[in-house]
Amino acid sequence: MAHAHESNAGRIWKVFAILSVVTIIEVFLGIYKPDAIHRQYFLGMSLLNWIFYGLTVFKAYYIVWAFMHLEGEKSSLKWSIVLPIVFLVLYLLFILLTEGHYIYGVFKDSTIKWNF
Amino acid sequence: MEATVTTANNEETTWGGGNEPMRASYGKMMMWFFIMSDALTFSGFLAAYGFSRFKFIETWPLADEVFTHFPFMHGVTAPMYYVAFMTFILIFSSVTMVLAVDAGHQMKKNKVIVYMFLTIIGGLIFVGSQAWEWKNFIKGEYGAVETKGGSILQFVKDGKQIALADFAVKLPEERAQLTRSRGTWFQEEANLPSYSVAEVQAGFKAHPDVLIRTELIHDKQKTVLTRAQSEARLKDAVYVVEGANLERNEYGSKLFADFFFFITGFHGFHVFSGVIINIIIFFNVLLGTYEKRKSYEMVEKVGLYWHFVDLVWVFVFTVFYLV
Repeated sequence: MAHAHESNAGRIWKVFAILSVVTIIEVFLGIYKPDAIHRQYFLGMSLLNWIFYGLTVFKAYYIVWAFMHLEGEKSSLKWSIVLPIVFLVLYLLFILLTEGHYIYGVFKDSTIKWNF
Repeated sequence: MEATVTTANNEETTWGGGNEPMRASYGKMMMWFFIMSDALTFSGFLAAYGFSRFKFIETWPLADEVFTHFPFMHGVTAPMYYVAFMTFILIFSSVTMVLAVDAGHQMKKNKVIVYMFLTIIGGLIFVGSQAWEWKNFIKGEYGAVETKGGSILQFVKDGKQIALADFAVKLPEERAQLTRSRGTWFQEEANLPSYSVAEVQAGFKAHPDVLIRTELIHDKQKTVLTRAQSEARLKDAVYVVEGANLERNEYGSKLFADFFFFITGFHGFHVFSGVIINIIIFFNVLLGTYEKRKSYEMVEKVGLYWHFVDLVWVFVFTVFYLV
Protein backbone atom coordinates (compact mmCIF):
# COMPACT_ATOMS: atom_id res chain seq x y z
CA MET A 1 0.00 0.00 0.00
CA ALA A 2 2.90 2.34 0.62
CA HIS A 3 4.18 2.52 -2.92
CA ALA A 4 2.68 4.96 -5.39
CA HIS A 5 -0.27 3.76 -7.47
CA GLU A 6 -1.11 4.56 -11.04
CA SER A 7 -4.46 6.24 -11.47
CA ASN A 8 -7.20 3.98 -12.75
CA ALA A 9 -9.56 6.85 -13.61
CA GLY A 10 -9.55 6.14 -17.35
CA ARG A 11 -10.75 2.58 -16.91
CA ILE A 12 -13.31 3.63 -14.29
CA TRP A 13 -14.99 6.07 -16.68
CA LYS A 14 -14.90 3.50 -19.46
CA VAL A 15 -16.68 0.97 -17.24
CA PHE A 16 -19.20 3.63 -16.23
CA ALA A 17 -19.93 4.22 -19.93
CA ILE A 18 -20.42 0.48 -20.51
CA LEU A 19 -22.77 0.14 -17.51
CA SER A 20 -24.79 3.19 -18.61
CA VAL A 21 -25.18 1.97 -22.17
CA VAL A 22 -26.30 -1.46 -20.98
CA THR A 23 -28.82 0.11 -18.58
CA ILE A 24 -30.20 2.29 -21.36
CA ILE A 25 -30.59 -0.77 -23.60
CA GLU A 26 -32.40 -2.59 -20.78
CA VAL A 27 -34.79 0.29 -20.16
CA PHE A 28 -35.43 0.66 -23.87
CA LEU A 29 -36.24 -3.04 -24.24
CA GLY A 30 -38.32 -2.93 -21.04
CA ILE A 31 -40.49 -0.13 -22.34
CA TYR A 32 -40.94 -1.23 -25.95
CA LYS A 33 -40.79 -5.02 -25.47
CA PRO A 34 -40.29 -5.81 -29.17
CA ASP A 35 -42.67 -8.61 -30.14
CA ALA A 36 -40.01 -10.43 -32.14
CA ILE A 37 -38.09 -11.30 -28.97
CA HIS A 38 -40.83 -10.91 -26.36
CA ARG A 39 -42.94 -13.68 -27.90
CA GLN A 40 -40.01 -15.92 -28.68
CA TYR A 41 -39.46 -18.62 -26.08
CA PHE A 42 -36.33 -20.44 -25.06
CA LEU A 43 -36.40 -23.14 -22.37
CA GLY A 44 -39.84 -22.01 -21.22
CA MET A 45 -38.89 -18.36 -20.72
CA SER A 46 -39.35 -15.41 -23.04
CA LEU A 47 -36.20 -14.63 -25.03
CA LEU A 48 -36.50 -11.02 -23.81
CA ASN A 49 -36.14 -12.21 -20.22
CA TRP A 50 -33.07 -14.23 -21.13
CA ILE A 51 -31.59 -11.09 -22.66
CA PHE A 52 -32.37 -9.14 -19.48
CA TYR A 53 -30.65 -11.73 -17.33
CA GLY A 54 -27.69 -11.88 -19.70
CA LEU A 55 -27.25 -8.11 -19.58
CA THR A 56 -27.57 -8.18 -15.78
CA VAL A 57 -24.80 -10.73 -15.41
CA PHE A 58 -22.73 -8.69 -17.87
CA LYS A 59 -23.17 -5.61 -15.66
CA ALA A 60 -22.44 -7.62 -12.53
CA TYR A 61 -19.19 -8.82 -14.08
CA TYR A 62 -18.01 -5.25 -14.64
CA ILE A 63 -19.03 -4.09 -11.16
CA VAL A 64 -17.23 -6.95 -9.45
CA TRP A 65 -14.19 -7.07 -11.70
CA ALA A 66 -13.55 -3.36 -12.25
CA PHE A 67 -15.22 -1.46 -9.39
CA MET A 68 -14.61 -3.98 -6.65
CA HIS A 69 -11.28 -4.62 -8.35
CA LEU A 70 -11.45 -8.37 -8.07
CA GLU A 71 -9.42 -8.53 -11.28
CA GLY A 72 -6.43 -7.26 -9.32
CA GLU A 73 -6.62 -9.84 -6.54
CA LYS A 74 -4.80 -13.14 -6.44
CA SER A 75 -6.62 -15.82 -8.34
CA SER A 76 -7.08 -17.92 -5.18
CA LEU A 77 -9.09 -15.08 -3.57
CA LYS A 78 -10.90 -14.31 -6.80
CA TRP A 79 -12.22 -17.82 -7.28
CA SER A 80 -12.88 -18.60 -3.65
CA ILE A 81 -15.34 -15.71 -3.77
CA VAL A 82 -16.88 -16.21 -7.19
CA LEU A 83 -17.13 -19.97 -7.60
CA PRO A 84 -19.16 -20.77 -4.45
CA ILE A 85 -21.66 -18.04 -5.32
CA VAL A 86 -22.02 -19.07 -8.94
CA PHE A 87 -22.40 -22.74 -8.07
CA LEU A 88 -24.82 -22.24 -5.15
CA VAL A 89 -26.99 -19.70 -6.98
CA LEU A 90 -27.35 -21.88 -10.06
CA TYR A 91 -28.12 -24.89 -7.90
CA LEU A 92 -30.69 -22.98 -5.83
CA LEU A 93 -32.37 -21.53 -8.89
CA PHE A 94 -32.52 -24.93 -10.54
CA ILE A 95 -34.16 -26.52 -7.52
CA LEU A 96 -36.59 -23.74 -6.64
CA LEU A 97 -37.71 -22.92 -10.17
CA THR A 98 -38.24 -26.57 -11.05
CA GLU A 99 -40.27 -27.01 -7.88
CA GLY A 100 -42.24 -23.81 -8.49
CA HIS A 101 -43.10 -24.95 -11.98
CA TYR A 102 -44.18 -28.34 -10.65
CA ILE A 103 -46.50 -26.74 -8.07
CA TYR A 104 -47.95 -24.57 -10.82
CA GLY A 105 -48.86 -27.77 -12.63
CA VAL A 106 -50.36 -29.30 -9.49
CA PHE A 107 -52.61 -26.27 -8.96
CA LYS A 108 -53.56 -26.09 -12.60
CA ASP A 109 -54.62 -29.73 -12.93
CA SER A 110 -56.11 -30.07 -9.49
CA THR A 111 -59.81 -30.57 -8.97
CA ILE A 112 -59.81 -27.97 -6.24
CA LYS A 113 -60.15 -24.43 -7.49
CA TRP A 114 -57.71 -22.08 -5.80
CA ASN A 115 -58.13 -18.89 -7.78
CA PHE A 116 -61.75 -17.78 -7.86
CA MET B 1 -3.45 1.66 14.56
CA GLU B 2 -1.10 -1.10 13.50
CA ALA B 3 -3.79 -3.65 14.21
CA THR B 4 -6.13 -2.26 11.57
CA VAL B 5 -3.75 -2.46 8.62
CA THR B 6 -1.43 -5.41 8.55
CA THR B 7 1.59 -5.03 6.37
CA ALA B 8 3.25 -7.77 4.40
CA ASN B 9 5.90 -9.67 6.18
CA ASN B 10 8.33 -10.56 3.47
CA GLU B 11 9.97 -13.96 3.65
CA GLU B 12 10.98 -13.71 7.28
CA THR B 13 9.07 -16.39 9.09
CA THR B 14 6.04 -18.13 7.79
CA TRP B 15 4.73 -18.72 11.28
CA GLY B 16 5.83 -15.45 12.78
CA GLY B 17 2.50 -13.72 12.23
CA GLY B 18 1.67 -10.81 9.98
CA ASN B 19 1.11 -13.09 7.02
CA GLU B 20 -1.57 -12.28 4.54
CA PRO B 21 -3.31 -15.28 3.04
CA MET B 22 -4.27 -14.71 -0.58
CA ARG B 23 -2.27 -11.50 -0.34
CA ALA B 24 -5.24 -9.55 0.96
CA SER B 25 -5.17 -7.84 4.33
CA TYR B 26 -7.27 -9.28 7.12
CA GLY B 27 -9.95 -6.57 6.91
CA LYS B 28 -10.28 -6.69 3.18
CA MET B 29 -10.52 -10.44 3.02
CA MET B 30 -13.15 -10.51 5.74
CA MET B 31 -15.11 -7.84 3.88
CA TRP B 32 -15.00 -10.06 0.82
CA PHE B 33 -16.28 -13.07 2.72
CA PHE B 34 -18.99 -11.01 4.39
CA ILE B 35 -20.04 -9.83 0.95
CA MET B 36 -20.09 -13.40 -0.27
CA SER B 37 -22.42 -14.51 2.51
CA ASP B 38 -24.62 -11.45 2.05
CA ALA B 39 -24.77 -12.16 -1.66
CA LEU B 40 -26.00 -15.65 -0.86
CA THR B 41 -28.67 -14.20 1.42
CA PHE B 42 -29.95 -11.96 -1.35
CA SER B 43 -29.77 -14.85 -3.80
CA GLY B 44 -31.96 -16.83 -1.45
CA PHE B 45 -34.56 -14.06 -1.36
CA LEU B 46 -34.55 -13.56 -5.11
CA ALA B 47 -34.71 -17.30 -5.74
CA ALA B 48 -37.70 -17.50 -3.36
CA TYR B 49 -39.32 -14.73 -5.37
CA GLY B 50 -38.66 -16.75 -8.52
CA PHE B 51 -40.20 -19.81 -6.89
CA SER B 52 -43.41 -17.97 -6.00
CA ARG B 53 -43.57 -16.35 -9.38
CA PHE B 54 -43.20 -19.66 -11.20
CA LYS B 55 -45.86 -21.07 -8.93
CA PHE B 56 -48.31 -18.31 -9.89
CA ILE B 57 -46.87 -17.62 -13.32
CA GLU B 58 -50.28 -17.10 -14.92
CA THR B 59 -51.54 -14.53 -12.42
CA TRP B 60 -48.42 -12.57 -11.39
CA PRO B 61 -48.76 -8.76 -11.67
CA LEU B 62 -47.17 -7.11 -14.71
CA ALA B 63 -44.41 -4.81 -13.46
CA ASP B 64 -44.95 -2.06 -16.01
CA GLU B 65 -48.54 -1.70 -14.81
CA VAL B 66 -47.45 -1.38 -11.18
CA PHE B 67 -44.59 1.10 -11.23
CA THR B 68 -45.76 3.88 -13.49
CA HIS B 69 -45.03 7.05 -11.58
CA PHE B 70 -42.61 9.87 -12.25
CA PRO B 71 -42.25 12.92 -9.99
CA PHE B 72 -44.19 16.01 -11.07
CA MET B 73 -45.88 14.12 -13.90
CA HIS B 74 -49.17 13.31 -12.38
CA GLY B 75 -51.46 10.98 -14.27
CA VAL B 76 -48.85 10.25 -16.93
CA THR B 77 -48.03 6.59 -17.32
CA ALA B 78 -44.25 6.47 -17.24
CA PRO B 79 -43.13 2.95 -16.47
CA MET B 80 -39.46 2.31 -15.85
CA TYR B 81 -38.19 5.88 -16.18
CA TYR B 82 -37.96 6.63 -12.49
CA VAL B 83 -36.39 3.33 -11.56
CA ALA B 84 -33.93 3.79 -14.43
CA PHE B 85 -33.03 7.12 -12.88
CA MET B 86 -32.52 5.42 -9.50
CA THR B 87 -30.28 2.84 -11.14
CA PHE B 88 -28.17 5.60 -12.67
CA ILE B 89 -27.84 7.35 -9.35
CA LEU B 90 -26.59 4.20 -7.72
CA ILE B 91 -24.18 3.32 -10.53
CA PHE B 92 -22.86 6.86 -10.48
CA SER B 93 -22.33 6.81 -6.73
CA SER B 94 -20.43 3.57 -7.28
CA VAL B 95 -18.24 5.40 -9.78
CA THR B 96 -17.49 8.25 -7.35
CA MET B 97 -16.75 5.65 -4.68
CA VAL B 98 -14.22 3.84 -6.85
CA LEU B 99 -12.69 7.21 -7.76
CA ALA B 100 -12.33 7.93 -4.04
CA VAL B 101 -10.56 4.59 -3.58
CA ASP B 102 -8.34 5.44 -6.53
CA ALA B 103 -7.50 8.85 -5.07
CA GLY B 104 -6.81 7.15 -1.74
CA HIS B 105 -4.22 4.90 -3.37
CA GLN B 106 -2.45 8.04 -4.51
CA MET B 107 -2.79 9.59 -1.03
CA LYS B 108 -4.72 12.57 -2.36
CA LYS B 109 -6.79 13.50 0.67
CA ASN B 110 -8.82 16.32 -0.89
CA LYS B 111 -9.89 14.25 -3.85
CA VAL B 112 -10.98 11.45 -1.51
CA ILE B 113 -13.06 13.96 0.45
CA VAL B 114 -14.85 15.26 -2.65
CA TYR B 115 -15.60 11.84 -4.08
CA MET B 116 -16.76 10.38 -0.76
CA PHE B 117 -19.07 13.34 -0.33
CA LEU B 118 -20.59 12.78 -3.77
CA THR B 119 -21.04 9.10 -2.96
CA ILE B 120 -22.95 9.93 0.21
CA ILE B 121 -25.19 12.36 -1.66
CA GLY B 122 -25.91 9.71 -4.30
CA GLY B 123 -26.79 7.20 -1.60
CA LEU B 124 -29.17 9.64 0.07
CA ILE B 125 -30.92 10.42 -3.23
CA PHE B 126 -31.34 6.70 -3.82
CA VAL B 127 -32.82 6.00 -0.39
CA GLY B 128 -35.18 8.96 -0.82
CA SER B 129 -36.27 7.69 -4.22
CA GLN B 130 -36.95 4.30 -2.80
CA ALA B 131 -39.10 5.83 -0.07
CA TRP B 132 -41.07 7.66 -2.76
CA GLU B 133 -41.46 4.45 -4.74
CA TRP B 134 -42.81 2.72 -1.61
CA LYS B 135 -45.20 5.58 -0.94
CA ASN B 136 -46.72 5.25 -4.41
CA PHE B 137 -46.97 1.51 -4.11
CA ILE B 138 -48.60 1.68 -0.68
CA LYS B 139 -51.03 4.38 -1.74
CA GLY B 140 -52.05 2.58 -4.92
CA GLU B 141 -53.61 4.14 -7.92
CA TYR B 142 -56.88 2.61 -9.05
CA GLY B 143 -58.20 0.42 -6.30
CA ALA B 144 -59.70 -3.03 -6.78
CA VAL B 145 -61.89 -5.58 -5.06
CA GLU B 146 -60.90 -8.90 -3.64
CA THR B 147 -63.10 -11.98 -3.99
CA LYS B 148 -63.91 -14.64 -1.48
CA GLY B 149 -61.27 -16.85 -3.10
CA GLY B 150 -58.60 -14.20 -2.69
CA SER B 151 -58.21 -13.05 -6.28
CA ILE B 152 -58.12 -9.40 -7.26
CA LEU B 153 -60.62 -7.87 -9.68
CA GLN B 154 -59.74 -4.58 -11.36
CA PHE B 155 -62.01 -2.34 -13.39
CA VAL B 156 -61.59 -1.26 -16.99
CA LYS B 157 -63.46 1.04 -19.33
CA ASP B 158 -62.63 1.27 -23.05
CA GLY B 159 -59.64 -0.99 -22.48
CA LYS B 160 -58.13 1.25 -19.83
CA GLN B 161 -58.02 0.63 -16.12
CA ILE B 162 -60.18 3.05 -14.14
CA ALA B 163 -60.21 4.03 -10.49
CA LEU B 164 -62.99 3.11 -8.08
CA ALA B 165 -63.78 6.81 -7.69
CA ASP B 166 -64.62 6.98 -11.41
CA PHE B 167 -67.72 4.84 -11.11
CA ALA B 168 -68.55 3.87 -7.51
CA VAL B 169 -71.55 5.58 -5.95
CA LYS B 170 -72.01 6.91 -2.42
CA LEU B 171 -74.68 5.01 -0.54
CA PRO B 172 -76.30 6.31 2.64
CA GLU B 173 -74.60 3.80 4.87
CA GLU B 174 -72.33 4.16 7.78
CA ARG B 175 -69.56 1.91 8.90
CA ALA B 176 -67.36 3.00 11.77
CA GLN B 177 -63.72 1.99 11.87
CA LEU B 178 -62.94 -0.54 14.55
CA THR B 179 -60.39 1.00 16.87
CA ARG B 180 -58.79 -0.26 20.07
CA SER B 181 -61.07 1.96 22.12
CA ARG B 182 -64.19 0.48 20.49
CA GLY B 183 -63.12 -3.15 20.44
CA THR B 184 -64.01 -5.64 23.13
CA TRP B 185 -60.58 -7.19 23.26
CA PHE B 186 -57.35 -6.06 21.59
CA GLN B 187 -59.16 -5.53 18.30
CA GLU B 188 -58.56 -2.94 15.65
CA GLU B 189 -58.55 -2.61 11.88
CA ALA B 190 -56.70 -0.60 9.30
CA ASN B 191 -58.19 2.56 7.81
CA LEU B 192 -61.44 1.87 6.02
CA PRO B 193 -61.30 2.04 2.22
CA SER B 194 -63.03 5.00 0.58
CA TYR B 195 -65.86 2.80 -0.72
CA SER B 196 -67.66 -0.23 0.59
CA VAL B 197 -68.20 -3.37 -1.47
CA ALA B 198 -71.89 -2.48 -1.85
CA GLU B 199 -71.01 0.96 -3.20
CA VAL B 200 -68.65 -0.52 -5.78
CA GLN B 201 -71.27 -3.09 -6.80
CA ALA B 202 -73.98 -0.44 -7.11
CA GLY B 203 -71.67 1.81 -9.14
CA PHE B 204 -70.82 -1.11 -11.40
CA LYS B 205 -74.51 -1.73 -12.02
CA ALA B 206 -75.07 1.93 -12.86
CA HIS B 207 -72.24 1.99 -15.43
CA PRO B 208 -72.88 -0.68 -18.09
CA ASP B 209 -69.65 0.10 -19.94
CA VAL B 210 -67.38 -0.89 -17.03
CA LEU B 211 -65.81 -4.34 -17.27
CA ILE B 212 -63.75 -6.46 -14.93
CA ARG B 213 -60.17 -7.43 -15.50
CA THR B 214 -58.89 -10.54 -13.75
CA GLU B 215 -55.36 -11.45 -12.72
CA LEU B 216 -55.10 -14.14 -15.36
CA ILE B 217 -52.48 -13.37 -18.00
CA HIS B 218 -53.39 -14.35 -21.52
CA ASP B 219 -51.12 -13.47 -24.42
CA LYS B 220 -48.96 -11.16 -22.26
CA GLN B 221 -51.99 -9.23 -21.04
CA LYS B 222 -54.48 -9.46 -18.21
CA THR B 223 -57.81 -11.00 -19.20
CA VAL B 224 -60.84 -8.70 -19.50
CA LEU B 225 -64.18 -10.41 -18.88
CA THR B 226 -67.42 -9.80 -20.76
CA ARG B 227 -70.15 -7.80 -19.05
CA ALA B 228 -72.13 -10.90 -18.07
CA GLN B 229 -69.03 -12.64 -16.67
CA SER B 230 -68.07 -9.44 -14.88
CA GLU B 231 -71.42 -9.21 -13.13
CA ALA B 232 -71.14 -12.81 -11.98
CA ARG B 233 -67.59 -12.33 -10.68
CA LEU B 234 -68.35 -9.11 -8.82
CA LYS B 235 -70.96 -10.90 -6.71
CA ASP B 236 -68.10 -12.73 -4.95
CA ALA B 237 -66.39 -9.51 -3.87
CA VAL B 238 -65.71 -9.29 -0.15
CA TYR B 239 -63.10 -6.54 0.26
CA VAL B 240 -62.31 -3.23 -1.34
CA VAL B 241 -58.54 -3.00 -1.70
CA GLU B 242 -56.77 0.31 -2.15
CA GLY B 243 -53.02 0.32 -2.44
CA ALA B 244 -50.72 -2.34 -1.10
CA ASN B 245 -49.74 -3.70 2.26
CA LEU B 246 -48.46 -6.99 3.59
CA GLU B 247 -51.94 -8.52 3.68
CA ARG B 248 -53.37 -7.65 0.30
CA ASN B 249 -52.67 -5.39 -2.64
CA GLU B 250 -54.68 -3.99 -5.49
CA TYR B 251 -52.12 -5.06 -8.10
CA GLY B 252 -52.76 -8.78 -7.77
CA SER B 253 -50.89 -11.58 -6.06
CA LYS B 254 -50.38 -10.90 -2.36
CA LEU B 255 -46.92 -12.43 -2.50
CA PHE B 256 -45.84 -9.81 -5.01
CA ALA B 257 -46.24 -7.01 -2.48
CA ASP B 258 -44.71 -9.10 0.29
CA PHE B 259 -41.60 -9.82 -1.75
CA PHE B 260 -41.41 -6.26 -3.00
CA PHE B 261 -41.49 -4.84 0.51
CA PHE B 262 -39.13 -7.44 1.87
CA ILE B 263 -36.47 -7.46 -0.82
CA THR B 264 -36.39 -3.76 -1.69
CA GLY B 265 -36.68 -3.03 2.03
CA PHE B 266 -33.73 -5.25 2.84
CA HIS B 267 -31.75 -3.67 0.02
CA GLY B 268 -32.80 -0.18 1.09
CA PHE B 269 -31.60 -0.97 4.59
CA HIS B 270 -28.25 -1.99 3.13
CA VAL B 271 -28.07 1.31 1.27
CA PHE B 272 -28.98 3.17 4.45
CA SER B 273 -26.30 1.43 6.51
CA GLY B 274 -23.87 1.96 3.64
CA VAL B 275 -24.55 5.70 3.80
CA ILE B 276 -23.99 5.70 7.57
CA ILE B 277 -20.71 3.80 7.23
CA ASN B 278 -19.65 6.11 4.40
CA ILE B 279 -20.34 9.13 6.60
CA ILE B 280 -18.20 7.70 9.41
CA ILE B 281 -15.33 7.02 7.01
CA PHE B 282 -15.85 10.46 5.43
CA PHE B 283 -15.29 12.11 8.81
CA ASN B 284 -12.24 9.95 9.40
CA VAL B 285 -10.83 11.17 6.09
CA LEU B 286 -11.62 14.76 7.06
CA LEU B 287 -9.83 14.30 10.39
CA GLY B 288 -6.81 12.90 8.60
CA THR B 289 -6.93 9.50 10.29
CA TYR B 290 -5.90 7.65 7.13
CA GLU B 291 -3.31 10.28 6.29
CA LYS B 292 -1.64 9.51 9.62
CA ARG B 293 -2.06 5.79 9.03
CA LYS B 294 -0.45 6.28 5.60
CA SER B 295 -3.09 4.03 4.09
CA TYR B 296 -6.57 4.62 2.76
CA GLU B 297 -7.47 0.94 2.91
CA MET B 298 -10.52 1.69 5.05
CA VAL B 299 -11.97 3.65 2.13
CA GLU B 300 -11.35 0.65 -0.06
CA LYS B 301 -13.16 -1.64 2.36
CA VAL B 302 -16.30 0.50 2.61
CA GLY B 303 -15.99 0.90 -1.13
CA LEU B 304 -16.32 -2.87 -1.50
CA TYR B 305 -19.51 -2.80 0.56
CA TRP B 306 -20.91 0.11 -1.41
CA HIS B 307 -20.27 -1.59 -4.75
CA PHE B 308 -21.94 -4.69 -3.41
CA VAL B 309 -25.08 -2.66 -2.67
CA ASP B 310 -25.00 -1.44 -6.26
CA LEU B 311 -24.47 -5.00 -7.47
CA VAL B 312 -27.54 -6.23 -5.61
CA TRP B 313 -29.62 -3.40 -7.04
CA VAL B 314 -28.64 -4.44 -10.58
CA PHE B 315 -30.31 -7.79 -9.88
CA VAL B 316 -33.30 -6.39 -7.98
CA PHE B 317 -33.90 -3.99 -10.86
CA THR B 318 -33.96 -6.82 -13.38
CA VAL B 319 -36.08 -9.16 -11.30
CA PHE B 320 -38.73 -6.68 -10.15
CA TYR B 321 -38.94 -4.17 -12.96
CA LEU B 322 -37.77 -5.74 -16.20
CA VAL B 323 -38.66 -9.39 -16.26
